[in-house]
Amino acid sequence: MVENRPILNILAHLVLILGVAIVALPVWIALVASTHASNDFLGGVVPMWFGDQAWNNYSRMLGTGISTSGMPPVSWMMFNSLIMALGIAIGKIAISITSAFAIVYFRFPFRMLAFWVIFATLMLPVEVRIVPTFQVVANLGMLNTYPGLIIPLIASATATFLFRQVFLSMPDELTEAARIDGAGPMKFFWDILLPLTRTNIAALFVIMFIYGWNQYLWPLLITTGSDMYTVVAGIKRMSTVADTDPQWNYIMATAVLAMLPPLLVVIFMQRLFVKGLVETEK
Amino acid sequence: MTKFFAASTMALIASLSAAQAKTDIQWWHAMGGELGAKLEEITKNFNESQDEYNIVPSYKGNYVETMTAAIAAFRAKQQPAIVQVFEVGTGTMIAAEGAIYPVYQLMTDNQEPFDPAAYLPAVAGYYTDTSGNMLSMPFNSSTPIMYYNKTVFEKAGLDPNTPPKTWAEMEEFSKKIVESGAATCGFTTGWISWIQTENLSAWHNQPIGTLENGFGGLDARLEVNGPVQVRHWENLKKWADEGLYKYAGPLGGDNAPPMFYGQECAMMMNSSGSRAAVVENSKDFDLGFAMLPFYDDVEGAPQNSIIGGATLWVLQGRAPEEYAGVAKFFTYLSSPEVQADWHQFSGYLPITTAAYELSQEQGYYEANPGADTAIKQITLNEPTPNSKGLRFGNYVQVRTIIDEEFEAMLGGSKDAQGALDAVVERGNKLIEEFQAQNQ
Amino acid sequence: MKRVVFNNKFLPLLLLAPQLIITAIFFLWPAAQAIRQSFLREDAFGLRTEFVGIDNYTALFRSSEYLNSFSVTLIFTVSVTVVTMVFALLMAIAVDRLIKSEKVYTTLLIWPYAVAPAVAGILWWFIFNPSIGILPYVLRQVGINFNWIFDPTDAMIFVVIASAWSRISYSFLFFLAGLQSVPASLREAAAIDGAGPVKRFFTITLPLLSPTTFFLLVVNLVYAMFETFAVIDATTLGGPAQSTNILVYKVYQDGFVGQNLGSSAAQSVILMGIVIVLTVIQFRFVEKRVAY
Repeated sequence: MVENRPILNILAHLVLILGVAIVALPVWIALVASTHASNDFLGGVVPMWFGDQAWNNYSRMLGTGISTSGMPPVSWMMFNSLIMALGIAIGKIAISITSAFAIVYFRFPFRMLAFWVIFATLMLPVEVRIVPTFQVVANLGMLNTYPGLIIPLIASATATFLFRQVFLSMPDELTEAARIDGAGPMKFFWDILLPLTRTNIAALFVIMFIYGWNQYLWPLLITTGSDMYTVVAGIKRMSTVADTDPQWNYIMATAVLAMLPPLLVVIFMQRLFVKGLVETEK
Repeated sequence: MTKFFAASTMALIASLSAAQAKTDIQWWHAMGGELGAKLEEITKNFNESQDEYNIVPSYKGNYVETMTAAIAAFRAKQQPAIVQVFEVGTGTMIAAEGAIYPVYQLMTDNQEPFDPAAYLPAVAGYYTDTSGNMLSMPFNSSTPIMYYNKTVFEKAGLDPNTPPKTWAEMEEFSKKIVESGAATCGFTTGWISWIQTENLSAWHNQPIGTLENGFGGLDARLEVNGPVQVRHWENLKKWADEGLYKYAGPLGGDNAPPMFYGQECAMMMNSSGSRAAVVENSKDFDLGFAMLPFYDDVEGAPQNSIIGGATLWVLQGRAPEEYAGVAKFFTYLSSPEVQADWHQFSGYLPITTAAYELSQEQGYYEANPGADTAIKQITLNEPTPNSKGLRFGNYVQVRTIIDEEFEAMLGGSKDAQGALDAVVERGNKLIEEFQAQNQ
Repeated sequence: MKRVVFNNKFLPLLLLAPQLIITAIFFLWPAAQAIRQSFLREDAFGLRTEFVGIDNYTALFRSSEYLNSFSVTLIFTVSVTVVTMVFALLMAIAVDRLIKSEKVYTTLLIWPYAVAPAVAGILWWFIFNPSIGILPYVLRQVGINFNWIFDPTDAMIFVVIASAWSRISYSFLFFLAGLQSVPASLREAAAIDGAGPVKRFFTITLPLLSPTTFFLLVVNLVYAMFETFAVIDATTLGGPAQSTNILVYKVYQDGFVGQNLGSSAAQSVILMGIVIVLTVIQFRFVEKRVAY
């Protein structure tokens, strides 16, 4: 610091404490709400301190769910979310790293065309082509399946560009040495490139896992049976019910459970997460 | 964690293998919470009552989500055999001739005994074509009634056993309640579209649209901007400004029940289908039931209220053995015992005369005063062309328009006449679009 | 561009195949379908189809609702971007001052990134619920009647806060990185010249942050335009009176809920045009940024 002004430091602390409080408010309220009984919410105002129904609410949601309205147990939905998040993260990395490898280390016809086709995915977010994409997936018989949840989301220009950037920064000497040793391209890829990009892969994995876990619109549309619901899309189904009232305690317990895995990832893999965020900036 | 996964996996596998021997029949529905629990119980009982068919209910979100999911699935050839569609989707379903399997035909094709006369005319009429054929199976029909807080009435110095009958009394009682401080608002309501516009029209024998509210064909148009409707909307705006009435939000008015349960508002107009939930949540005060209020200077009022809720539509394109199962299930569903049980549990109307009579025999209405308010109200008079119901295409969006224009009026950017004129103009555009798509 | 490459014609295509096939099936083909559909009129169940030329487009631009959705989107995206960035910058500046507690505050500020926008929407929906929510309750105590269910302005404030909240961490991290790369020598020199902290911020720090700021501006605009779908769907559903019905949400509403596929497809095509323009801006800018 240029100069030490205690008043400014105190001010900074105040600003930050206030900021952290604002940021934490919704989660605090969700946590509190998830420990009350459902009739604590009718009339008056939301309770601000914990109730004694935590065990009841969480065990009910994790164990049986609101199966009465076709909602599977949250543990089951979280399992679906986990499969989807892992599938998307691994799938994206796998197909992007091979694409980047092809584009950087080979010369072949239509190389630029391939590059632009991949680039085009950036311009077609799922929200704008939602109706026809749904029909394609339906025609392929992929509604309500794990591949249907995962595959349409794994094409990624961002990840491909990231790996392209990483590969371009690798010294040519490496490639040359490999060629002198008589190593083929795939051996070079496995033995040299992959180990060298390990941290990039890990950082990207963290980001893509969060991305996958937090998907909403896509699972909402293509999961037609409750056995395939993911937890983020499932909450919405719980909050809109006909002719009866939302059960806030259960909704909030589910919300807390739904944000837990990505939250743990961010907190415990903070370094990788920050690296991933900065690198995937387009 | 692993334990939970293991347990749920086992449960899933168990349920799958048990189902293997029977024909599975998908039923998409919109019943959450307590109603969903009851629905599952009904299907479970049916599944256990025979060993050929297995009805698999899945909750698909609210009515709009359920219907659109089913349509999208139909386009993708992944449709369920049965889908629960709310009353305003009726126009869309009827127009989709190649997509639906009319119930009367399903029952004949599968040689199931079926007598349309057994169903309450006020309910079945909504879903019957012009030649008198029933197209879908009534399941959960309701009509708006008024719930009121007797404890607050007493505090305000009103007689807890005399609910307001007319809108003039509504105003007067609400003023007393607010001025005495017994509650902060007089009344609230769910469903501006269904209750304060469509039912208001039927209750006062005013047309909602031309050609018998759309029963007569696709070229019917809205005409809901008549003097009675305009007057009523004007009043609602005035009462909202005076704090006598509180708006509870678009569509079903999600905030009406909490305001009523929290004793903020002393009266609430809402679906009779909410009766179970209202009783459950009104333990802190005495609950009363009443018919909807009316303007006593309008000739013909009160006429009869119209229904809402949903029916079960059968979609084309499934295997014949599934349809045989659907027909069996519908017979089971219409049996007096099942119907009476469902009616008494939920507050939805009994769909057959037999179920109504059975409930009377069982002494249900004596034990539960007010539970028959809905039935009395819907059968108050022989329905006229204005009070049979309504049938327009794209009506789901028309309802959204009604909410939007109502909100615009509350916000002060339009007067009641302007808002209802806009409902008619914008709504008719959608209805024209629907006509063009379906001709 | 690599000087040293492998010679193989078949292998690179094999390596690219998964990405290209998925792109073709799930991106290009549906996009082409959307364009085709935008010239058709069809009933909900897909039983009758008719070619109508550009009717769907002309109807859109004559519809006051669609034009309204444009201005709603504009107000919404700009507000979300500004709220996010101002808040994030403020936090970043404060953290940048406090070297000792930087780690703790950073952790406490970045976790909202992990919360799905849909979940964030549900959380804020609960907080803003006019009957039982805590915020309307507090505001009522000070005499403000906050009711987003029928007040369009309140509804807009509500969705802006809910959308900005999920996005603060991202901007914060980039601002912090940007601030930390401002050379200490520059600030010291300015301090010696007698410039106070406020003056130093505006004359030195802010200009040096401008590449980061511009980058975040574009990224946040894109976020607010497209990825806030879940927030809207979990909260206002575009209401009241269309006051929060942003373009992306309208595509979904008209297509899935309204079953008006032709109009929805035409809106998709227009949105694709907007994304293409934004992507081009973003990439032209990234090229420049590399030069910094």
